[in-house]
Amino acid sequence: MRPVRGPVRPRPRPGARATPAASLLLLVLVLTGLLPPAPAAAAGDVTTEDARVPVGEGDGAAELDTTLYLPASGAPAPAVVLAHGFGGSKQSVASDARDLAGRGYVVLTYSARGFGDSTGQIGLNDPRSEVADLSALLDRLAARDDVRLDADGDPRVGVAGASYGGALSLLAAGYDDRVDAIAPQITWHSLTAALFPSQVGEPAADTVAATPQAEDGGVYKRLWSGLFFGVGSAPSGGLLGALGGGGGGAPAAADLPAALGSVDPATVDPQAVEQLLTCGRFTPEVCAAYQSAASTGTLTPEVAAVLDRSSPSTVLDRIDAPTLLVQGTQDSLFGLGQADANARGIAADGTPVKVVWYAGGHDAQASEGTTADLRDQVAGWFDWHLRSADDPARGPDPGTGFSFPAPTGVTASVGTVQGGSRTVTTAAYPGLVGTEAAQRSPVPVDGPLQPVVTPAGGTPAAITVVPGLGSLASALTGTAFEIPGQFAAFESEPLGEAVEVVGASTIDLAVASPGGSATLFAKLYDVAPDGTTTLPAGLVAPLALSGLSADPTAPSTVSVTLPGIVHRFEAGHTLRVVVSSTDQAFALPAEAGVYSVALAAGGNAAALAVPTVDGRSESTGGTSRWLVLLGVLVALGLLGWLAAVLWGRRRRARVSRVEPDGEDVPLRFTGVTKAYKDGFVAVRDLSFEVRRGQVLGLLGPNGAGKTTSLRMLMGLIRPTDGRITVFGHEVHAGAPVLSRLGSFVEGTGLQPHLSGRDNLRLYWAATGRPAADAHMEEAIAVAGLGAALDRPVRRYSQGMRQRVAIAQAMLGLPDLLVLDEPTNGLDPPQIHAMREVLRSYAATGRTVIVSSHLLSEIEQTCSHVVVMAKGQKIAQGTVEEIVGTGGSVLVGLADDADTDRAVAVLEGLPGVAVERTDEGLVADLDGTSRARALQALVAADVSVEAFTPRRRLEDAFLALVGEEA
Amino acid sequence: MTTTDDPRSGRVQPTGAVAGYRPERTLRLSVELRRQFRRRRTLGVLALMVALPLVLIGALQLGGAEEAEENARINLVDVATSSGLNFTLFVLFATTSFFLVVVYALFFGDTVASEAQWGSLRYTLATPVPRMRLLRQKWLAAFVLSVGALLAIVVTALVAGGIAFGFGPVQTPVGVTLAQGDALLRLAGMVGYLAVHLLVVGALAFWLSTVTDAPLAAVGGAVFTMFVFAILDQVEQLGAVRDYFPTAEEFAWTDLLQTPVDSGDLFRGVVQSLGYAAVFTALGFRHFARRDVTS
Repeated sequence: MRPVRGPVRPRPRPGARATPAASLLLLVLVLTGLLPPAPAAAAGDVTTEDARVPVGEGDGAAELDTTLYLPASGAPAPAVVLAHGFGGSKQSVASDARDLAGRGYVVLTYSARGFGDSTGQIGLNDPRSEVADLSALLDRLAARDDVRLDADGDPRVGVAGASYGGALSLLAAGYDDRVDAIAPQITWHSLTAALFPSQVGEPAADTVAATPQAEDGGVYKRLWSGLFFGVGSAPSGGLLGALGGGGGGAPAAADLPAALGSVDPATVDPQAVEQLLTCGRFTPEVCAAYQSAASTGTLTPEVAAVLDRSSPSTVLDRIDAPTLLVQGTQDSLFGLGQADANARGIAADGTPVKVVWYAGGHDAQASEGTTADLRDQVAGWFDWHLRSADDPARGPDPGTGFSFPAPTGVTASVGTVQGGSRTVTTAAYPGLVGTEAAQRSPVPVDGPLQPVVTPAGGTPAAITVVPGLGSLASALTGTAFEIPGQFAAFESEPLGEAVEVVGASTIDLAVASPGGSATLFAKLYDVAPDGTTTLPAGLVAPLALSGLSADPTAPSTVSVTLPGIVHRFEAGHTLRVVVSSTDQAFALPAEAGVYSVALAAGGNAAALAVPTVDGRSESTGGTSRWLVLLGVLVALGLLGWLAAVLWGRRRRARVSRVEPDGEDVPLRFTGVTKAYKDGFVAVRDLSFEVRRGQVLGLLGPNGAGKTTSLRMLMGLIRPTDGRITVFGHEVHAGAPVLSRLGSFVEGTGLQPHLSGRDNLRLYWAATGRPAADAHMEEAIAVAGLGAALDRPVRRYSQGMRQRVAIAQAMLGLPDLLVLDEPTNGLDPPQIHAMREVLRSYAATGRTVIVSSHLLSEIEQTCSHVVVMAKGQKIAQGTVEEIVGTGGSVLVGLADDADTDRAVAVLEGLPGVAVERTDEGLVADLDGTSRARALQALVAADVSVEAFTPRRRLEDAFLALVGEEA
Repeated sequence: MTTTDDPRSGRVQPTGAVAGYRPERTLRLSVELRRQFRRRRTLGVLALMVALPLVLIGALQLGGAEEAEENARINLVDVATSSGLNFTLFVLFATTSFFLVVVYALFFGDTVASEAQWGSLRYTLATPVPRMRLLRQKWLAAFVLSVGALLAIVVTALVAGGIAFGFGPVQTPVGVTLAQGDALLRLAGMVGYLAVHLLVVGALAFWLSTVTDAPLAAVGGAVFTMFVFAILDQVEQLGAVRDYFPTAEEFAWTDLLQTPVDSGDLFRGVVQSLGYAAVFTALGFRHFARRDVTS
């Protein structure tokens, strides 16, 4: 048997490894109420106590391996006992236990006798051993300070478990009155009915999945039983340990060689060895029952006695603990009918019962979401029924309703990965005491009398289900494997509208068998219009028939209950009832035979009675939450819009203090500093101003901070300190005053795939200003590209791009034009033309700022200049002031011998001072014109090779450039 | 304003802006879209969107369907050729996890970074287009283009698939048949869901686009992140953490094929995507608002 997941499974806490962004997101989602907050389970604070507890006496003595999980707070808390499934141990439920303890319960887990590290033999939930063990453990819980007591020696305790553990919880509630609430999962009502099913006879009750069971046993469920027994018979404690230990299954603590040495062949009883090898950890009684059943395939009274003793069916009337019954729809071992019978039995006395069906079971693992949901349901059940009324953690009343996965037409294996499983809930489980009976609607099926052959030895057999894998075969091929000739089929008309079957359908068949008995298997197929057949959940209803008529013309009528399923038969599909003679999962009669199978009523009157349940689909809100989401989005949008409006208004309200002389000072830098995070200071305490009509040159070597200053002026870079005003308005990113600025800084920024003209047009379109303001033709004239303007920019030369970019800067004739190195890449005539353009532009009363690292460039274009180096201003003034035209000249002589004579001649002129340098003589003319000085030299017959104006600044500037280089 | 003699004083607004300049008219959506549509990239992607369904039709008719990847979810390949609508579903299924992710990442990730790369960003900002407005317009344009691409592929698949495989009802892999009208409605829902869900990728690419000046880094970064999450999604051990991945529920739109429709995962997917998209977009705005534009 596959280990079954317990009711509670830990889920990694959401966001445990999430990024801050994800945490923020989660916070937002939780705050907006769209996602429920995760339960604040502080599982980390749970402490555990391990103990080995001796139980029973005499032959039944055993030692149980237990672990107690204690919540953080030591105050008396209700207790929960978690019992594990068959083949598991206390470790199988450890994570569930930790979670429940995190919710504030004292949780006891233990390995049942015969499992894990516990000693003793498996008695299949024998009331004398396993159930008594649980009572002994309850005694121990009652003795603890940290467990809440109902009375002296009576702890407030719930019991939960799946499968084997689930049956134990039912039996414990029946035998021990101290159990206050139980939550058995995927477990049995009657082991006889589960292992020897025969779903023949009138339905036992009005409940949806009521499944009749023949009194004298049915068809032996061979494969499952074998698996079941196989798990328990493997001596899990170690064979050698069991032999040598004498306790019958003591844990093999010693390693192999040591164990070998400890076994003396002479002392080993051959009978004990055989018992051990064939029965493993089962008690001899259980072992004998299995061997009898497995070899004959029939239910003897001895076997029935063993199975009934282990079945909750005998004690249901004694259970008065509120019961949460969880059963899986994918379960060929303990079907929905088992939980149905339990629910009926327990509810008969008025005990509260809630029934939950989920997509999963012994055949298919439930999806993560379903598992987590079940965990919450179990915890919720205990919260309500174990906690006192004034406990804030008690939670809502889980009620006594019924929920089941919404029927889909998707086959099991596809459905589980589909993920999105909705749950349908109803107020009550239909058909229980005090509730309305289940609705059954007729679906007419039709088909003639058909012979059904049963082969000798039972092979070949139909394959419908593989234990633990469920309808694997049907999922793989889309159809279960039916042997031709071995089945009779009765089919409905294509459905006009979809039918959702929730529970077990019934149908009356007419069967005749020459021998008077027959073993048949009834199933309900979903047949798609294209012929694809699906066997929902892979379930079959075995029928063990006896006392049948031998005459096919006068057959016996047999009422058959088909397997309990949750399935949606889509419109256009047909329902097909198939009655076959073989199924490889069951023990089959060895003799060959031919049965005749027909519908009891014949013709169209023969109806399949299909149970349906009207419920509220619990898709957590359905359409309403979409409306909520829409509402939230609209609300957020409105809030955002409102915030933007208010913010904009506030922003407009504090329109920056406008400097009164703004119109006359298009640009003013006041103590502007730009320092980067790495400590580099690009611009330091820069202050200057530009007046209207000026052409200002920003002069400095590369890296002097010119471009950074221009970027700050454009609002692209935020100054660390200081203030930049344009026309009296302070500049910041997106300042409206920037609309009076035209710029060309570092790179053309043209889109290479567009023509020059399209670039200009799109640029202007992006400003959103009227097309008439662009003065496009004037700008195009500046670019002077002619026909080339309509070619893509990527084919332009550097100079052409440069001119388009300058034209772009001049679009709209901005009042302040900023150009960074505008003449780079232009040829001399273009440079000349550009200078003319800039000068005439300034002449209209507009202002131009040009940066350059070339002194001559500045000298020829600008009226004013600011000299920068290393981020600082080192000089400022008119070009005349700075360049100092008429100041000094450099005189180069053809013959160095003339030097002294030349000095004498020059110094002879009024006010002239001469200095000898490596390059030649430098004469400070101080008012004397250059023409006169040259004339004097020529007149003195000094052969002059060079006579060039010398700027005062040039030395300093060259020195700076030289330093940088 | 004392300079009454200034001939230009009439052209200036109190805010300092030149007459005719209104921040709310800068970089209008139509202009931004015009700019994008002049790019070959945009046209190329749209052409690809139209071509892909045609290529798939060719492949399916050659029997290439056998090669299609098996998926544990409802397998839409098997029924791809039963009608034009079916084919459309298949195309969506085939493009969800990679192709559409790349398209969204491209349109959103390229938008700011490519301007920075060309150097046109600084001129746009100095126009001045307010930074927040620039991002908003870019975001909207990218969204329009992405949804346009999504619609292009769906409409092409619908029309071309209809011509190739008939304008019949939808045949789901479960064997359920959905009438054409109903199916079209659901298809609209799927497109809507995908448009919203893929915003996670888009918004992430958008954020990266404001951080880097290299369009490739923004687009690649977003796609790479999605792929990493798609791979991590395969690691069972991560358990429910995976539900919070940005890639979570990327196939939830197939739930719209169920009858009745189960909107649980869809809802979760939409809420989660919007959450992620909001966070990434906010990060992008926050970063760009403070950033020094040096490109």
